[in-house]
Amino acid sequence: MSNTLSAGELNLDSPDLYKVQQSQSGFDVDWFQAKQAEAWKTWLETPMPQRTDERWRFASLKQVRELGRFQPSEFGVAEQPELLERSALLQKTAGRIVLLDDNLVVQDPISAELASKGVIFTTLTDAIARHPDLVREYFMQQSPELGSEKFEALHVALLRNGVFLYVPDGVTVEEPLVVYNWAGKEGGAIFPHTLFVAGKGSKASLVEFQQSVSPDSEHLVIANAHLYAADDAQPSHSIIQNWSPQALSFQLNTSNAQSRTNAKSVTINLGSSLARQEIHGRIFGSESNVELYSLNVPRGEQEVDQRTLQTHIGPNSRSDLLFKNALMDKSRTVFSGLIIVEEGAQQTDAYQTNNNLMLSEEAESNSLPGLEIGANDVKCSHGATTGRIDESELFYFQARGIPREKAQELMVFGYFEEIIQKLGDEEVVDCVRALVQAKFIH
Amino acid sequence: MSSLEIRNLNVEIDGTPILKDFSLSIPKGEVHALMGPNGTGKSTLAKALAGHEDYEITSGEVLLDGVNIIGMEPDEIARSGLFMAFQYPSEIPGVTIANFIRAALTARMEEGEKFNAPAYYKDLYEKMDLLEIDRGFTSRSVNEGFSGGEKKRCEILQMAMLKPSYAVLDETDSGLDIDALRVVAEGVNKMRGPELGALVITHYQRLLNYIVPDKVHVMHGGRIVRTGGPELAEELEEKGYDWLKEEATVGPA
Repeated sequence: MSNTLSAGELNLDSPDLYKVQQSQSGFDVDWFQAKQAEAWKTWLETPMPQRTDERWRFASLKQVRELGRFQPSEFGVAEQPELLERSALLQKTAGRIVLLDDNLVVQDPISAELASKGVIFTTLTDAIARHPDLVREYFMQQSPELGSEKFEALHVALLRNGVFLYVPDGVTVEEPLVVYNWAGKEGGAIFPHTLFVAGKGSKASLVEFQQSVSPDSEHLVIANAHLYAADDAQPSHSIIQNWSPQALSFQLNTSNAQSRTNAKSVTINLGSSLARQEIHGRIFGSESNVELYSLNVPRGEQEVDQRTLQTHIGPNSRSDLLFKNALMDKSRTVFSGLIIVEEGAQQTDAYQTNNNLMLSEEAESNSLPGLEIGANDVKCSHGATTGRIDESELFYFQARGIPREKAQELMVFGYFEEIIQKLGDEEVVDCVRALVQAKFIH
Repeated sequence: MSSLEIRNLNVEIDGTPILKDFSLSIPKGEVHALMGPNGTGKSTLAKALAGHEDYEITSGEVLLDGVNIIGMEPDEIARSGLFMAFQYPSEIPGVTIANFIRAALTARMEEGEKFNAPAYYKDLYEKMDLLEIDRGFTSRSVNEGFSGGEKKRCEILQMAMLKPSYAVLDETDSGLDIDALRVVAEGVNKMRGPELGALVITHYQRLLNYIVPDKVHVMHGGRIVRTGGPELAEELEEKGYDWLKEEATVGPA
């Protein structure tokens, strides 16, 4: 009988999928369901991206257009002792949430002290149930608007769970809060969602590890992450994307800053056959500092396709973007970045840099930097560099007795280090350095 | 035989001969100075000895304690015991001095040998103190944003840590003020002894007031035209190089 089919048995191109999933989700929150229904409609009505769309220039559209074969995951998971062991990359943390195929596996609660201060670190479904007004105020209020509106709609429509972090005004969380997002199901589609709300004068860092249970499986991941920084907040959000090399992943992020904030976002891309990322940093207030960093180490035939926007709405603020790629084998990267300085955003300092280190003759990097300035008193710069390993530096290593191959490795690691150091927390730095270096060596 | 022996070395860059039948012998335990006007091939000698691929050795021998190093990779030459202090050391972003020297030492270890980190740092800090290098430098990227003097001190620090049998110091005095010159020279002097043979390449006599050489060689037109004691450097300081050029055109007797 057809009504015994679970959502996990239906393909994404099945017209019944949404209905079946809704009937099985157990979700009973009107505003949220209304958003999902509307999003499903948007997904169906919005055409697939076209090559003529500037935001998809140089993109590999073929993979992106063929999502029909993926299926959502099942509801609920079995015990995962092995996965919990693998979800222990960091020891010193303020809290941990482990999700597998959009289902909660385990949640290490935050300390009683942090809880008493009002910190919330929980799953999105739990947050919707217990703090509906707070979630509703921020949920999907901003979008990157960088080309993946159709996929964003699918994300919202089929969203099952995610992570909600709220740090109240004036509260500091010293150690990082950590999320492990696992993709397990072969041919599965998951929709991880992260919502990070940083209250006035708060300080916290959220670190998200995205991994596949098996390196051989294929998945579709459409992830969203949104950061809201109130006045004087100092949030930091890092994503270490390490899905299987067969995965097709989307990461659609926004970073929204009020006044005098110091907001940082770091994205490290190691996995996926194609990783499409849209990252939009908006500064609404004044005297804010928004930093966007990324390190990408594709190999084989991997592709990293990144589109960024730095929008200055308020005056006297600074945004700094540094995206570094190290390309091996036949890998490919696209970086398309734009700085928009709106009319009222006088005395803006905005920087955008994309560096490409070509480690193979067959790799391809595409860089499309851009500026759109509507104010007359600003400092903006953008630049892209593409280069190979410097022979004179290599000789310097060799002249110290270090073999050429080892010297290259050290130089590439040195190149990574600038971004890795931005992760801040010492344990996170060491952990990510090990992951990135392992990717380069193997 | 314990020496760095250079015999009839001919080196070309892009087909242009620079070193012409260059010969020089530096016994272990001695410090020799190589002087000469600009463009005479002093730095070419240094790069060629270090195995730089742009410097084509067309004939001759370089024997490091009897082993010919010509044709070896630059890193093999270095591990064989020859150190080059660069005139213009490279900047290496993201690689700290501590990690760089550590990698150089690790490259010299036997398979299965364990790196002794506490002993390494103790040694590193001692050498840094000696060269008046702030300990904060260990975590700075190699030469990145260093002043001229800091770069040269960093070269000598590496030399002190790697303990080569032979060292070539290429214009180590260039870009140094008098205080930095003194520190660098003292560092080199501390390493002098029966286990080190050194060739100090310099254009000026100034450095040789601090590092007093056992012998001074004067180079012109791609070969050595005169050899003497430390007094030869003083003579050059007084008379300049022109009188040697005249001698060289006349040709050796």
